[in-house]
Amino acid sequence: MPLPSPFHLRIEKLCTSFRWKDWAGYHAVSSFDHSHEREYVAFRQAAGVIDVSPLYKYEVRGRDAGRFLSQVMARDITRLGVGRVTYCCWCDDEGKVVDDGTVTRWGEEHYRVTAAEPSLRWFEQGMQGQDVTIEDSSQRIAALALQGPRSRAVLADCSDAPLDRLEFFRATTARLDGVEVGITRTGYTGDLGYEIWIDAHDALAVWDAVIDAGRAHGLEPAGLDALDMTRIEAGFLMLDVDYYSAPREVLESRKSTPFELGLGWTVHLERDPFVGQAALVAEQRRGVAWNLVGLEADWQELEALYERYGMPVSLPAAASRDALPIYRGSEQVGRATSHMWSPLLKKQIALASLRAEAAVAGTDLAIEHTVEFERCRVAVKVVKMPFFDPLRKRQP
Amino acid sequence: MAEGKWDAIVIGGGHNGLTCASYLARAGQRVLVLERRPLLGGATVSEEIYPGFTFSSCSYVVSLLRPWIMRELDLPAHGLEILPLEATFTPFPDGGYLLRDGDAERTRRAIARFSPRDAEVYSEFGRVMGELGRLIKPVIDRPAPDPASLDPRELLDMARLGRTFLDRGFDWLAAEYKMLTMSAVDLLSEWFESEALIAPMSVSGIIGTFLGVRSPGTAYVLLHHYMGEIDGAFRAWGLAKGGTGMVAEALASAARGLGAEIRTEASVERILVSGGRVTGIVLENGDELRARRVISAVDPHRTFLGLVGEGHLDPEFAGQVKRFKLRGSSGKVNLALDGLPEFSCLPGEGIHLRGDITIAPSVDYLEQAYDDAKYGRFSRRPFMDIVIPSLTDPSVAPPGKHVMSIFVQYAPYHLAEGPEAWPSQREAFGDAVIDTLAEYMPGLEDRILHRHVLTPWDLEKTYGLTEGNIFHGELSLEQLAFQRPVAGWAHYKTPLRNLWLCASGTHPGGGIMGAPGALCARAVLGQRGSAA
Ligand SMILES: Cc1cc2nc3c(=O)[nH]c(=O)nc-3n(C[C@H](O)[C@H](O)[C@H](O)COP(=O)(O)OP(=O)(O)OC[C@H]3O[C@@H](n4cnc5c(N)ncnc54)[C@H](O)[C@@H]3O)c2cc1C
Repeated sequence: MPLPSPFHLRIEKLCTSFRWKDWAGYHAVSSFDHSHEREYVAFRQAAGVIDVSPLYKYEVRGRDAGRFLSQVMARDITRLGVGRVTYCCWCDDEGKVVDDGTVTRWGEEHYRVTAAEPSLRWFEQGMQGQDVTIEDSSQRIAALALQGPRSRAVLADCSDAPLDRLEFFRATTARLDGVEVGITRTGYTGDLGYEIWIDAHDALAVWDAVIDAGRAHGLEPAGLDALDMTRIEAGFLMLDVDYYSAPREVLESRKSTPFELGLGWTVHLERDPFVGQAALVAEQRRGVAWNLVGLEADWQELEALYERYGMPVSLPAAASRDALPIYRGSEQVGRATSHMWSPLLKKQIALASLRAEAAVAGTDLAIEHTVEFERCRVAVKVVKMPFFDPLRKRQP
Repeated sequence: MAEGKWDAIVIGGGHNGLTCASYLARAGQRVLVLERRPLLGGATVSEEIYPGFTFSSCSYVVSLLRPWIMRELDLPAHGLEILPLEATFTPFPDGGYLLRDGDAERTRRAIARFSPRDAEVYSEFGRVMGELGRLIKPVIDRPAPDPASLDPRELLDMARLGRTFLDRGFDWLAAEYKMLTMSAVDLLSEWFESEALIAPMSVSGIIGTFLGVRSPGTAYVLLHHYMGEIDGAFRAWGLAKGGTGMVAEALASAARGLGAEIRTEASVERILVSGGRVTGIVLENGDELRARRVISAVDPHRTFLGLVGEGHLDPEFAGQVKRFKLRGSSGKVNLALDGLPEFSCLPGEGIHLRGDITIAPSVDYLEQAYDDAKYGRFSRRPFMDIVIPSLTDPSVAPPGKHVMSIFVQYAPYHLAEGPEAWPSQREAFGDAVIDTLAEYMPGLEDRILHRHVLTPWDLEKTYGLTEGNIFHGELSLEQLAFQRPVAGWAHYKTPLRNLWLCASGTHPGGGIMGAPGALCARAVLGQRGSAA
């Protein structure tokens, strides 16, 4: 049975739809209302707040903390200054991705890592002989993601955080309604947004203050369905959907390197040894076999297809995780792992893992599309990601 | 300006002028858009009339904007975002109300309080209207079919359309034919028994027309509005973030990105004609600009009778233009509010305030509103269509404050005392609107920080809509398709060489749609068909 999150007492009252799911062992809302649409719109037009406490969190402390993390991560964490956040992934010895998350440097000798899966044992394997400790703070720390164009206004109305100076991917501490919290300018929506890190005992007080401040700014509590749509528009990957954690898989074909996931930009190869380094260097020399890209469907073809069945185009309102084959000519060249109709972009979009030859921007491919129980194909084009990238995300 | 520098000059920076300019520029044409006002958009405009509050002064919901135009011009990348309207709310004077929203079961229960039978028929009606709209949709995404044309491709198009109807069996044809000749109330009464449903649903049939809900032909207008809702599945129905002016801003940004030049405060005084051929325009400041062609994005009256001048027109054609009915019948009241008002029948905040709020309590009420108009008076108790965009899009008002947009009918351009009498009746009109609304929302007056009242006279003088007609010409049956604006000239061409029309006065008509602008550009470029 899933556990209640630290915000559960408030959230259960608001979730009139009874649409819950299990996220990492916690009750998490899919959508508060009968449809997630209002929450999705709030993320893009006003502000949405979502309980992200189920994320796994680890406090890494000690004189060698930075050096240790750099040995575990594909990214060089020694370069991360205090008050900064970075996005990274970590790999096994074969260079296959284990998980991804953020690392925030809260102090000289204090980092916090977030992860989608329990990772303590994985991290501990590399600790020997160093001045470093790891605490699993997953339960101790509650977290809220406050995302959307008005998120800054909401936060300004309930906290003393220096938001004008808080740049993209920076961290600060602040008082929020009298409570000491950590705030990072990060999130999973690809929009202007913040994540608030709270001692679980203070969770309800912080929730109330944020909701109160949000009233004047169109803030909506949001669930995972809305978040899923915004993260696809932002081109963010999801573990167990767009890729799998290497140590949990048996089949080689299920494992991916950072380069294959389009995360090459997070990898620092030339430096002191880190887990997976040799394999990744070799792969870079060889060239990747797969690539994760964005796809955009040809709307005219989609309309023509439905017209053949005498129907208007009908697409589900929520994002889908059913993988679909992608073809070039008659040959299957990969799979779409997340796909959705974007109400914002008025386009059908997908994240897809493709063989490298087919993954070049501009390439014309076809995706499987079922209409009236019949499997058909629709033209898609490989496009640059993110699909949606508003200026406000980075603006001062 | 070098002679002939421009391939095309577009007169008017409304959303259709900007759409047309974007498509021409995309095809490599050198395009200049000239807009009379300091800001773009025409009737698709956001204005900060009162500090801190952004009003969608005229049009307020986006329902017909062609999704293929949004995609082809990549309008979301230029800042266009459409937010859904969640519900339709109709309060009644007796303290009851009807709330319809996207939750089908909740809506069914709500209607069942008035009529259990209607509650069941409602979803069936939606399906049939959706299907009719789908069949009609190719018509608004293509140039008007021309029955007199000998062009074999044209005939093929018509045949295809005819066949689509026939394929559906004779009932569809009959249904379609009925749509063309019935009144909105007749049509709805064939389906429903409860006035609580018939009255608010019938108003789509009168928006922008000088007709009543019982007037023949209004059933068709109802369908025209329903068409927006088919694409509703794809959320084309809603509010533009930042006000409807953002539609124009996004189009302008797209047009500029594609190389078009846009000038504001550049009012065209005259279209230059010599030997039956248009060569350019003269601005109010006297500047003459030449172009290979001139595309008018203002209404047909203003284009032909104003900018061209009757002297250059064949009298027969001029006569037809004069007979093209404008007869504005609507007004608008925009409010800046210092807090959220409440309905006495359903107090507090809720989904009912986040959608479309319709003051249309009964068919007789609507018919009486029309009676006033017939005698040259504004309705004492008008039909109103209200939205509070700041609830979904807080960017249009300061925190905690709200804007309310009230579309009002009837406000006939031709007052009994003449249209010039409007300025002296403007505030009385505004009072009638607020007083009526206050019957449902007590205390509304005390929340008003600013009131912006637009009469048809203002729509003409400020926004350039002749006779205040919101659609550049009524969307009545005899003024649609191959008869819009004039039979034989429905394909954006005009009798004057090098002069084209691209705005709401052409097929497929008014509303924030973009189709006239895009289809005109295709015609100019010699392309056929549509993208969709
Ligand atoms: C009060 C009101 C409410 C409405 N509500 C809705 C709604 O909710 N939803 C909807 O879809 N539609 C609505 N409409 C209709 C819709 O706004 C119009 O049909 C549409 O905006 C017309 O666009 P257009 O580009 O064809 O013409 P316009 O927007 O009229 O553009 C014409 C442009 O030409 C300019 N111009 C005029 N004369 C000259 C000149 N001599 N020189 C240079 N420039 C000139 C004008 O200033 C204007 O910018 C509403 C209209 C009104 C007035």
